[in-house]
Amino acid sequence: MNAPQVVSDLIRRTAAELADALAAGETTSVEVTQAHLDRIAAVDGDVHAFLVVDAEGALSQAAAADARRATGQAQSPLDGVPIAVKDVMATKGLPTTCGSRILEGWVPPYDATVVARLRAAGLPILGKTNMDEFAMGSSTEHSAYGPTRNPWDLSRIPGGSGGGSAAALAAYEAPLAIGTDTGGSIRQPGAVTGTVGVKPTYGGVSRYGLVSLANSLDQAGPVTRTVLDAALLHTVIGGHDPKDSTSIDAPLPDLVGAARRGAEGDLSGVRVGVVKELGGEGYQDGVLTRFQESVDLMVAAGAEVVEVSCPNFVHALATYYLILPAEASSNLARFDAMRYGLRVTPDGDPSAEDVMRATREAGFGDEVKRRIILGTYALSSGYYDAYYGQAQKVRTLITRDFEQAFQHADVLVSPTAPTTAFKLGEKVDDPLAMYLNDLATIPANLSGVPGISVPSGLADEDGLPAGVQILAPATADDRVYRVGAALEAALLQKWGGPLLDQARPLVGEVAQRPSRDQGASS
Amino acid sequence: MPETPSISREELAHLATLARIDLSDAELDHLAPQLSVILESVASISDVADDDIPPTSHALPLTNVFRADVVVPGLTAEEALSGAPEQEGQRFKVPRILGDEQ
Repeated sequence: MNAPQVVSDLIRRTAAELADALAAGETTSVEVTQAHLDRIAAVDGDVHAFLVVDAEGALSQAAAADARRATGQAQSPLDGVPIAVKDVMATKGLPTTCGSRILEGWVPPYDATVVARLRAAGLPILGKTNMDEFAMGSSTEHSAYGPTRNPWDLSRIPGGSGGGSAAALAAYEAPLAIGTDTGGSIRQPGAVTGTVGVKPTYGGVSRYGLVSLANSLDQAGPVTRTVLDAALLHTVIGGHDPKDSTSIDAPLPDLVGAARRGAEGDLSGVRVGVVKELGGEGYQDGVLTRFQESVDLMVAAGAEVVEVSCPNFVHALATYYLILPAEASSNLARFDAMRYGLRVTPDGDPSAEDVMRATREAGFGDEVKRRIILGTYALSSGYYDAYYGQAQKVRTLITRDFEQAFQHADVLVSPTAPTTAFKLGEKVDDPLAMYLNDLATIPANLSGVPGISVPSGLADEDGLPAGVQILAPATADDRVYRVGAALEAALLQKWGGPLLDQARPLVGEVAQRPSRDQGASS
Repeated sequence: MPETPSISREELAHLATLARIDLSDAELDHLAPQLSVILESVASISDVADDDIPPTSHALPLTNVFRADVVVPGLTAEEALSGAPEQEGQRFKVPRILGDEQ
């Protein structure tokens, strides 16, 4: 048996394929986990998707999974399939920094509910993935521990804030990952790395143990390479949690069934709404071309396409950048140097407040400071009504636009991000330019509706991946899986294989990528 | 709506105090103009919604959530203190809290 080829094969399989192979006894969780740890060792020096790798813990969890499989006691379909977790989730015994100096070295004494569910389902945790500090950003460049690099082109950003999770998938360092999406932090990295990401309905996945950025917008979800894998993972982490008072107390729809049905490729009777306001000016030509092509494929699959207008979406970005800083300034007040995290003690006889101010100056990066101060401003008396109060009202208008649109369409579609991956450093000190990355993803967070990003192909002008976003009404997450899987199936047929097969090999790549006919028409 | 949506260096220093963040002179110089630019762009919504539009504070409608009043296991004192910068006698040890102006 040729060992390198086996390893290469294991890391390229989807999570669903790995689950099948484990169930059939064709491989073991220890083998699969070791293959991914080897891959991380080979390429993560370049990619920097991980902040912490827990080889020992992952292998011991893998061995336990193999023991369960051997006695026919698998705890879930994904038992033994390893996963990477965004560093915003509390993991008992494993450092959790949120990409911030203020939490450097903090080891949580408890697990987030999502993490507890992963452990209960038997998924070995490979490590924690890099992110913009406290999930504030669209490039991971705001991580205090250095940026993650896009596996398609190491000089470019992998999106953010969950760039580490998306890059880990694109670089085959993990078959699954967890992300969180407050304004697009799962979907936009998915788009620019050629991977799949789902933001579930707000309240669909527990926020317990997730370090809050903007608690009325934050939502954890799956980061994967295929739509079916996302449905499998969503099913493990989703559902009601009494520890999160905003958790939806209702069963999840049949997401895996929806993805399988979608993959059959028939969208007859599905009304797809193209959102007029999410396209055109500010969107890269190649992104729009791939988007139109995806819409055409949905039509070919039997969908009926209508144009819908959501006039208040033009205000979504401004609304978000008032609500988010306001909530963040309040949430991040917990980093006060008293109970956990960094403590900086100035000279002399400093008071608790002096210590707080010095600690927060040293522990927070520029973007965090910008947003805390902006939030403090928006919430201060004299400005509250004009800014925060107005933003809450516009949030109502945006939700009404969604309600109106969903009367004419079962799902809404748009490009996920306005551009492909930009160069590292290009926008890091230009906050407004950075904020524009989330133009198309933010409305869903403001209204709590679910959304998926599916790779739509490579933009002609730069050969970099773009994504299509599919949105559904709240609690109808099954629709994004059905339509997403149908589009994915049509695109795979067109490309002759996964989009990631077209990425350039990374340094340290062991085996040849499969050569496939890329298809002439694009 | 406020007349001029901008944040001066002095206002920024005041906001930083409210937010309990020391800012160096260099940071004040750097952040003040950036915040003004952001503020200018978000101020565009200040007259979008009419007075009769109700505010949305939360993505989905919520009602009070109750649970049964039963004892469940929590963190031990040792676990709760495990990340403390300083501790003493099973308590968080903090700098003096008296003596500041308020």
